Amino acid sequence: MNDNNRTSLAEIGEQYGPKEKLIRMCRQNRLAMVSAIVIVLIIVLAILAPVIAPYGEAQQDLLARLQPPSAKHWFGTDELGRDVLSRILYGARVSLVIGIIPSFLSLVGGILLGLLAGYCSGWIDYLIMRLADVMLSFPSLLLAMAIMYTLGRYANSIICLFAALSLVGWASVARVVRSQTLSLKETEYVEAARSIGVRGRRIMLRHILPNCIPSLIVLYTLNVPSCILAESTLSFLGIGVQPPAASWGLMVNQSKSFLFTMPWLAVFPCLAIMIVVLAFNFLGDGLRDVLDPYLENR
Amino acid sequence: MKSAVKRVISMIPVLLGVMLLIFIMLRIVPGDPVTVLLGEHYSQETIDRLTAAMKLDRPLLEQFISYVLGVLKGDLGISYVSKRPVTMMILQALPYTVKLALMAAAFAWVIGLFAGIIAAVKENKIPDRIFMAFSLAGVSVPVFMSALLLQYIFAFRLKLFPITSDGSILSMLLPAIALGWNSAGSIARLTRSSLIEVMQADYIDTARAKGLKRRSVIFGHALKNSLLPVITMMAIQLSSMLSGAVITESVFGIPGIGRLATTSISNRDMPLLQGTILFTTVVIILGNLIADLLYSVLDPRIRSQM
Amino acid sequence: MDEKNVLEIRDLHTSFFTEKGVVRAVNGVDLNVPEGKIIGLVGESGCGKSMTARSVMGLVRYPGKVESGSIRLDGKELTGLKDQDLREVCGNDVSMIFQEPMTSLNPVLRVGHQVEESLLVHHKVNSRKEAKQEVIEMFNHVGIPEAEQRYSCYPHELSGGLRQRVMIAMAMICEPRLLIADEPTTALDVTVEAQILRLMKELCEEHGMSVLLITHNLGVVAEICDEVYVMYAGRIVEHASVFSLFDHTSHPYTKGLLSSIPRIGKNPEYLHTIPGIVPNLLHLPEGCPFSTRCDLALERCRKELPELNAVGENHECRCFEAIKEG
Repeated sequence: MNDNNRTSLAEIGEQYGPKEKLIRMCRQNRLAMVSAIVIVLIIVLAILAPVIAPYGEAQQDLLARLQPPSAKHWFGTDELGRDVLSRILYGARVSLVIGIIPSFLSLVGGILLGLLAGYCSGWIDYLIMRLADVMLSFPSLLLAMAIMYTLGRYANSIICLFAALSLVGWASVARVVRSQTLSLKETEYVEAARSIGVRGRRIMLRHILPNCIPSLIVLYTLNVPSCILAESTLSFLGIGVQPPAASWGLMVNQSKSFLFTMPWLAVFPCLAIMIVVLAFNFLGDGLRDVLDPYLENR
Repeated sequence: MKSAVKRVISMIPVLLGVMLLIFIMLRIVPGDPVTVLLGEHYSQETIDRLTAAMKLDRPLLEQFISYVLGVLKGDLGISYVSKRPVTMMILQALPYTVKLALMAAAFAWVIGLFAGIIAAVKENKIPDRIFMAFSLAGVSVPVFMSALLLQYIFAFRLKLFPITSDGSILSMLLPAIALGWNSAGSIARLTRSSLIEVMQADYIDTARAKGLKRRSVIFGHALKNSLLPVITMMAIQLSSMLSGAVITESVFGIPGIGRLATTSISNRDMPLLQGTILFTTVVIILGNLIADLLYSVLDPRIRSQM
Repeated sequence: MDEKNVLEIRDLHTSFFTEKGVVRAVNGVDLNVPEGKIIGLVGESGCGKSMTARSVMGLVRYPGKVESGSIRLDGKELTGLKDQDLREVCGNDVSMIFQEPMTSLNPVLRVGHQVEESLLVHHKVNSRKEAKQEVIEMFNHVGIPEAEQRYSCYPHELSGGLRQRVMIAMAMICEPRLLIADEPTTALDVTVEAQILRLMKELCEEHGMSVLLITHNLGVVAEICDEVYVMYAGRIVEHASVFSLFDHTSHPYTKGLLSSIPRIGKNPEYLHTIPGIVPNLLHLPEGCPFSTRCDLALERCRKELPELNAVGENHECRCFEAIKEG
């Protein structure tokens, strides 16, 4: 370990602050930056959907059914004569909301339970972690399907999706937070804080949580696309978002019977899913390179 | 050996938790199982008899215990719709899923390892970028999209394969690729990062100082270390493929485990859904167990602790 | 110095091309290792001594690169060789021992196999059986007890001292002309350190092998070296026979190093330290690199780099003050 290249390079590395690092990431990892721009753009398009969409979300034109892409309908129309482009714009709202909110809920839940498990240890830890083991043992898609089915008759499909995806997602967050809490608990500054009588809750929130944030940002960024994928998959199977709402997965589902004759009905929503998911994955990868200390040394 | 036994024992609370959750789910779902099973026009007497037979009049704890005991005996209940034992239905569907999973895993492993190794060896050069872009795309594309795309191009347009699968090897090829695509992507990424990390290790310098050429350093020294996490991932992936390729089976019409799950939901067939979920979860738990044990067999450092 | 040199390094420059600029880790090093001698290369961590050794073995990693200069082993030029041609030389004519015996052995391969690989790649033996025989002999030779059983051990089953003996066996098995030992005893206990050093000295005398010993420990140097090079910020600042170096220390940096060794009976309350830190290799000061920390530094020292000049018999020093005195 006494390579002087490592020492000297480490010295140089120390001169970068977090902001500089972010700037350096943007410069180096153009893909991540382009992805960030794409994400912002899609969010703006989703917000402005009612303004910029050429037709309404469920506006039917039975005289113009199943039309191929044209100047009037850029992405064509579906079997009820609804404009595919407009539905994709409205669908972006559903997909983004379902990507962002359940990931956030599972993040918060995972943080709380993970901190509790890591900090309290003993039977609380055992109980929480076994519960996490149980959740992670289920095949995630099947679990989400079962939750959708169970809750389906009690609530709106989008609320059900929130519940299903957050219930599926919290366990892996809790595991990460717990393991980091366990190692941080042993550090001198936490010991020091405890020795001067700082209370447990304060230690957890003020001393331990901030140290977990970099990996949590990465985890969150990579959780959003997996929620979007899960939503589209459930909707594709017909147990996700219910019509007449527009969702990309649902659009593919509804185009199934015309797949071979009118492929554009499936192509455009598929492309939309792919672009959003890719953008989040690229961004998450880029952030991990910058924020994750384990990978940074590479 | 001791830690292996410990590891097996630690599965028991998880399995019990899984069964408890599945059991609770059955209670939450509205609709009395007896009326669902019998339909509408039956006498109160029949209903009471069946309720008693299904032990639905007993306390919840007793019901749960008899559910667990039933599961241990291989009794997963009777399907509401087909009126056949769920265990039988799963065993009938299993061969299709096994065949599909094995083919998909073989595809994913070969492609993933190959791409990952090449990418690591050519780190930051053009082949690396190409393979990594492909593998990230592999991870980012929804399974239904790759399945539909393959079906459209190779089955519908080029007519090289049948559109739906009848269980023959040829007809399983497209589904296997669709299913294996994602796994290939993640294997390639893990292989690459693990190999690159290992190549930084001190013992790589030792091997080079000894006079080993690049190829022997990579294949003789680095690969063995870097594949340890990859092999774990492969075992976990195989078990998740075995636990049902819901989408792939539904797109290609394969009557496997995943298909059972979707039909059970559309038919509101609770016992079947419960049975398939329990079965697939057990497969996943066993897969994780095997992955752990495999890791400790392969890594001499952990092996000696066992 | 008219003995035959096994290793001759001339004006070696090894640099790291980082985003922030060029780090000159080795900045014009000249160094000779005569036949059958043990040569010490001394300096603080980060002064470029390991990089000098790694440049010889072709182990400088991206973004580092041997920029210019010449490295000759028995008259054969090593710089500019293709990697695969350099590998023919490494392990065969020159081999290397690393600092960390814990991480320098591959954890998933048996140590016997790791040692015999050297024999196999350099075609020293005809069969695996023969190779195994030789490895076990070598294990006995370097003092590994129960050599036969150790042959099929994994590294984690051996103690640090035993692992370093395995490393030495690996380095010695092809009977190289030159052994480069990069801090071979830093990670070991003091008692084990003495054993390992004695072993290296014995092997060196027995086989007529030369050793380039890299260390930051002047005690080790005094014990087994014949000649010493002192390195600072990528440059050789002093070169002398061991006796001359300790008796007529010339460079202020070497003086500092010597007086920072704690000694029993010598005013234990005060331990000398060299003020300041090693300069950032990215922004080397103009003139003498040590001028920023030197008590004797003059105006001239901050402007002009002194040459390595003779200050006595077999004694060279890179310092204006020392030349005046000499």
